[in-house]
Amino acid sequence: MSNERSEDGLLRRHHDMGGLPAGPVERNEHDYAPWEKRVDAILRLLADPKRGVLTVDELRRGIEELGPGAYDEMSYYERWIASVTNNLLEKGVITVDELGRRMAEVSAAWPAGTAEKS
Amino acid sequence: MSARFAVGETVTVRVAFPPGHVRTPFFVRGKTGRVTEVLGPYRNPEELAYGRSGEPALPLYRVIFDTADLWDDYQGAAQDTTVVDIYENWLEAP
Repeated sequence: MSNERSEDGLLRRHHDMGGLPAGPVERNEHDYAPWEKRVDAILRLLADPKRGVLTVDELRRGIEELGPGAYDEMSYYERWIASVTNNLLEKGVITVDELGRRMAEVSAAWPAGTAEKS
Repeated sequence: MSARFAVGETVTVRVAFPPGHVRTPFFVRGKTGRVTEVLGPYRNPEELAYGRSGEPALPLYRVIFDTADLWDDYQGAAQDTTVVDIYENWLEAP
């Protein structure tokens, strides 16, 4: 678990950072990479009431459980896909073996530096 | 489920630090505010987060705080307020 002692000794979970110093807010609209749009689409399809595979509550819980290091180092959609992946493994929707084999196939088909089609 | 608190009532947020998924931000725990809206029953996100039904639904309240009460070193205007939606299981009568 990622509970931390705050200045006054109380337990604060790492992600629960409202009010802590964080620098200026980036107000510009970001350009999203194709894979980021795909992650967004995957979550929406899984959370669709017709499928009901995953709730946004489970997504959030999974992001919080990544732990402080990963939480800080990963980008927004990296956290999403990490949580989606863990949730789907826990639920038995996909298996570790299946996922690993598929990732190897994709790596082989798209060597580093290959641009993804949007 | 009938709501325990009404609009205008003063409420205090529980001082609790459970290890799992919660929807009550750290910075309001132990703080006292006022109910401005009873938003209705919603399935409990602390249960939904673990793949359960979230039933029974819990009343959700909109609670307003004086921002200066939330942070000791608050530098903003004295009349600033902060509004947080909080589920009934986190609220107590002060």
